[in-house]
Amino acid sequence: MGKVLMKGNEAIGEAAIKAGCFNYFAYPITPQSEVAEYLSRRMPEVGGVFLQGESEVAVGYMLFGAAGCGARVFTTSSSPGISLMSEALSYISSAQLPAVFVNIVRGGPGLGGILPSQADYFQATKGGGHGDYRLLVLAPDGVQEAVEMVMMAFPLAEKYRNPVMILGDGLIGQMMEPVEFPDHLISEPSNKDDWATSGMDTRNRKDRNLVKSLFLNAELLEEHNRFLKAKYDRMKQEEIRYESYNTDGDYKVLIVSYGIISRVCRTAIDMFKTEGLEVGMIRPQTLFPFPENAIKEAVSKSGCKAAISIELSMGQMVEDVERSVQGVCPVHWYGKAGGDVPTPEEIMGVVKPLSK
Amino acid sequence: MAKTFKKTAALSDQHTHYCPGCTHGVIHRLVAEVIDELDVRGRAVGIAPVGCAVLAYNYFTFDFQEAAHGRAPAVATGIKRVRPDLIVFTYQGDGDLASIGMGEIIHSANRGEKFTSIFVNNTVYGMTGGQMAPTTLSDQRTTTSPSGRDVADVGMPIKVAELISALETPAYIARQSAIKPKYIVRAKKAIKKAFQYQLENRCFSLVEIVSTCPTNWGMTPIEAVKWTEESMHAYYPLGEIKTPE
Repeated sequence: MGKVLMKGNEAIGEAAIKAGCFNYFAYPITPQSEVAEYLSRRMPEVGGVFLQGESEVAVGYMLFGAAGCGARVFTTSSSPGISLMSEALSYISSAQLPAVFVNIVRGGPGLGGILPSQADYFQATKGGGHGDYRLLVLAPDGVQEAVEMVMMAFPLAEKYRNPVMILGDGLIGQMMEPVEFPDHLISEPSNKDDWATSGMDTRNRKDRNLVKSLFLNAELLEEHNRFLKAKYDRMKQEEIRYESYNTDGDYKVLIVSYGIISRVCRTAIDMFKTEGLEVGMIRPQTLFPFPENAIKEAVSKSGCKAAISIELSMGQMVEDVERSVQGVCPVHWYGKAGGDVPTPEEIMGVVKPLSK
Repeated sequence: MAKTFKKTAALSDQHTHYCPGCTHGVIHRLVAEVIDELDVRGRAVGIAPVGCAVLAYNYFTFDFQEAAHGRAPAVATGIKRVRPDLIVFTYQGDGDLASIGMGEIIHSANRGEKFTSIFVNNTVYGMTGGQMAPTTLSDQRTTTSPSGRDVADVGMPIKVAELISALETPAYIARQSAIKPKYIVRAKKAIKKAFQYQLENRCFSLVEIVSTCPTNWGMTPIEAVKWTEESMHAYYPLGEIKTPE
């Protein structure tokens, strides 16, 4: 299959089918409703399940049930909808079910707006729902990477028996870009018989399976939480993904930026180069786990005077950047949260003074 | 001598945590017997609620999922949509189904999801300590209606079976009771019918079962049975309320 020109939201829907996910439950919300519209047509074509639920709350639990009986399943939503699904995310994490959630982030808080935003960083990486749980969070910078991350998300969710979130934004959902789909299907994992409520007759073992999150005994709940923590620690060991840009030589400032805004930062870095100013960038592709060591190493390079987190929020990822930099150099922040994406010139104006 | 009666296979050997005089145990057994009589234990999936029956899975011997408060019908929808061959039921109380989960049950019923809901109505939140439920009777005292349910303030108790029966989508909806053998026999018939409709892939089915909570009602089990028959049966009439024909 060659390159096709596709809208981000539709490409995300197609990517899930290409990944072998034929079960989709969703509730319409701007700016990602095109995923549901696209899959309402596509899922019947491939013999899959499409259901528009009555609310994001219900959709979250439709994923719980479907994932719990062993099906590969996903949903897409946008910020206020993800708030409503956060209850289910907590339960799904505790019950250790694989499921994929796509958040095409819009401006907040409250109804906010329908334009691109990254203001759900905390919600995605630090919780959102209750209790000690983590999502594995992937952050694409465009339509092609969104497709690749959706396809990567299912095997990751199944590897860890944990929900994976794709944290996109309204621009990635709405824009059209040329995109190429790998055409192999990802096979189902074989270990679901150990835990899925798939019906005792369908399994070789004759004991029943139980999907649950209640541990009334303090020791058992402690043990459960330690087990989950070990899983999240393993993600930190095995799943950190990031991209470095212009970090081979020396640079005066390190930008940390992800998603759509990182592409504007890249342009700003190219423009600085023509002026003779070197600026490097680390672009986290996983927001949890966060590339702490890569950032620490990058700012430890001699000549790097400052780091700056540039994000479409009022300063969320900057806290993880500060944590990573560990006082090696000053950490700054620049962001916008109304829905406009800054221009390269605007970013240059903010970064330039930090190089002095 | 031939064995003429034995415990049904779908029921486990574990002692229940239910209070003396509570009818959950009876209702569990009815569900288990129906599942064995229909020979579907190997493809049955139960959904436990939040409330007294949150640990219901300890008393059954087939696959179970434990839902969040009120969300069992959404969980059942997810299972049944991706695995229509499984026999799926939710087991929910009045706080779970009629209060926090009203949205999920109404929409599941209206979509005609092919699963069965066993709705146990004992007029109070049991597990949290006897607070007022949407089905608490007028003037009934609970820990959050200490002077009795004031219907002018919080509305009339909800007749769930009738409410769901008002939907245009075909369904099997019945209300029975679990307090005396004559009612229990009818309750089992209704539960069996509900599962049979699911097996035939006909329609959504719900059986509301009028039940007791002597502990939170502040009554002896015998007083509770008497009160159920006099007060609850009067407000919550028993019988088939809707059939898909």
